Amino acid sequence: MTVELAAVAGQSTSDINRAQSPLAIRGMTVSYGQKPAVFSVDMTVEPGKMTAIIGPNGAGKSTLLKAALGILKPLAGTTTVYGKSVSEQRHRIAYVPQRASVDWDFPTRVIDVVLMGLYPQLGLLGRVRPMHRAKANDCLIRVGMQDFATRQIGQLSGGQQQRVFLARALAQDADLYLLDEPFAGVDAATEKAIIGVLKSLRDAGKTVVAVHHDLSTVAEYFDNVFLINTRRVAEGPVASTFVTQTLQDAYGGRLAGAQMEALRLAPLDASTS
Amino acid sequence: MNGSEFVPLSLVPMLTGIFVAVACALPGNFLVLRRQALIGDAISHVVLPGIVVAFLLTGVVSTWPMLLGAAGAAIVAVVAIEAVRRLGKIEAGAAMGVIFTAMFAGGVLLLEQSDTSSVHLDVEHALYGNLESLIWLDATGWSSLWDLEALAGLPVELPRMAITLVVVALFIAIFWRPLKISTFDEGFARTIGMQTNLLGLALVIMAAIAAVAAFDAVGSIIVIAMFICPPAAARLMTNRLEHQVGWSVAFAALAAIIGYVLAGYGPLWIGFADSVSAAGMIATVSGLILGITALIGPHRLRGAAAPTA
Repeated sequence: MTVELAAVAGQSTSDINRAQSPLAIRGMTVSYGQKPAVFSVDMTVEPGKMTAIIGPNGAGKSTLLKAALGILKPLAGTTTVYGKSVSEQRHRIAYVPQRASVDWDFPTRVIDVVLMGLYPQLGLLGRVRPMHRAKANDCLIRVGMQDFATRQIGQLSGGQQQRVFLARALAQDADLYLLDEPFAGVDAATEKAIIGVLKSLRDAGKTVVAVHHDLSTVAEYFDNVFLINTRRVAEGPVASTFVTQTLQDAYGGRLAGAQMEALRLAPLDASTS
Repeated sequence: MNGSEFVPLSLVPMLTGIFVAVACALPGNFLVLRRQALIGDAISHVVLPGIVVAFLLTGVVSTWPMLLGAAGAAIVAVVAIEAVRRLGKIEAGAAMGVIFTAMFAGGVLLLEQSDTSSVHLDVEHALYGNLESLIWLDATGWSSLWDLEALAGLPVELPRMAITLVVVALFIAIFWRPLKISTFDEGFARTIGMQTNLLGLALVIMAAIAAVAAFDAVGSIIVIAMFICPPAAARLMTNRLEHQVGWSVAFAALAAIIGYVLAGYGPLWIGFADSVSAAGMIATVSGLILGITALIGPHRLRGAAAPTA
């Protein structure tokens, strides 16, 4: 009941913002079989902010992003990016897939992966010029991977691979950065490096949306949260939205009182924990 | 061996063998990296029923009906494989295994039941092809290469394979970047606007064209081997796709040359009277090359086992 009320309450303001929103999703529904993975989800991302998509395992976080981008075909739903269709705005979007979604044994070098981000500029047969290489190298410097440019990607650690993916996104010079679990299985140094880059993007007026797993860092890293558990649970600023009630709604009984306490959030009441 | 013997007897089969090997190895690089290597296997099997049906409909063994029949069978197979995979929700390799063995078996039955005794179409031919029969009767020596009259008598398989190779190579060259990007990271490729499904289909169609064109001259064994062995061996030689494709072309050509020579003269060298099937020997040599690279290739160890340099 509370879930539906929240959705209705969010509707009126979100429609007004839709034209300016870097990413506005309406009625997104995706199914892998009989059961929907994402059901009738609305999302309106605030420009110039860092938004975390959170929710339990299997809640449809990655699926929502993939469907919004057209990587997966949704059953229903529309996506607009800065008020226009995704296909019209591809040049403004940079997507970083889950690291585990690709085969890192692929025969290519770090610099070549970053250059893939320049494909929209290069086209089918355009020559890779020194300016393109300089650009790719600059992106590697921003993620601290410049010394690995000629390494085969399979020789990197998980954290290094994730930074290469981020460098490829930087090469795209986008306005909207969508990252699927950028901190999954990375070392502490990489996590620090990535969040530093993402915050600098935000400070430059870009919009960052990341599927995020670690509830303990949400408040520290992000401005806004979007909670999902197949359906939209809540969205808004961390201070007002990342609270006990919405987390209970999203995670059900899966978050124990002790975990809530670790997040420095007040438990709902004694009977629910 | 002098030109007056080599040019009429061996030049055409050897060149045809090289063209077949390279035309199959080129798309094979991407198929292997996409874990779709079995597609080549499937295609080369399913062309048999297509060719038999084309023969039954037209009553003659001629190039275009056979190519069309084979292409039609390949399309039926691709659709059937996708259907089994999606409807049955089973792994792609298993779906291919079901479809191509069933279609090949159907082709064998059709072939046995139909009256093909008057023409050169039988199961053996389907498997081994007939590379050795591509004799250039009009050639008298190296000078025939500049003799238009003699060139007109070239076996049709050679120019057909040469055109096929050019088409396949052009496709790979023009679509190099989309093929590479979508093979590595399909999700990312879609977000930058690539039609990854169409591209994947085009790659399979290129492989099908190579397999169908090669089938008549060299049979299915060599086609299956060339889709997989040279690219797989090449992967063990380098960590860059650009170099891998170069190595695969070299390995494919090497297998064709060594295989042809060994088939023709190898048995004589060790005291046997007859030569053996060139297609079979070429496929065997490509397997040996893969075996050697697996033992000594510089990049045979990867991931955690690779030496960090």
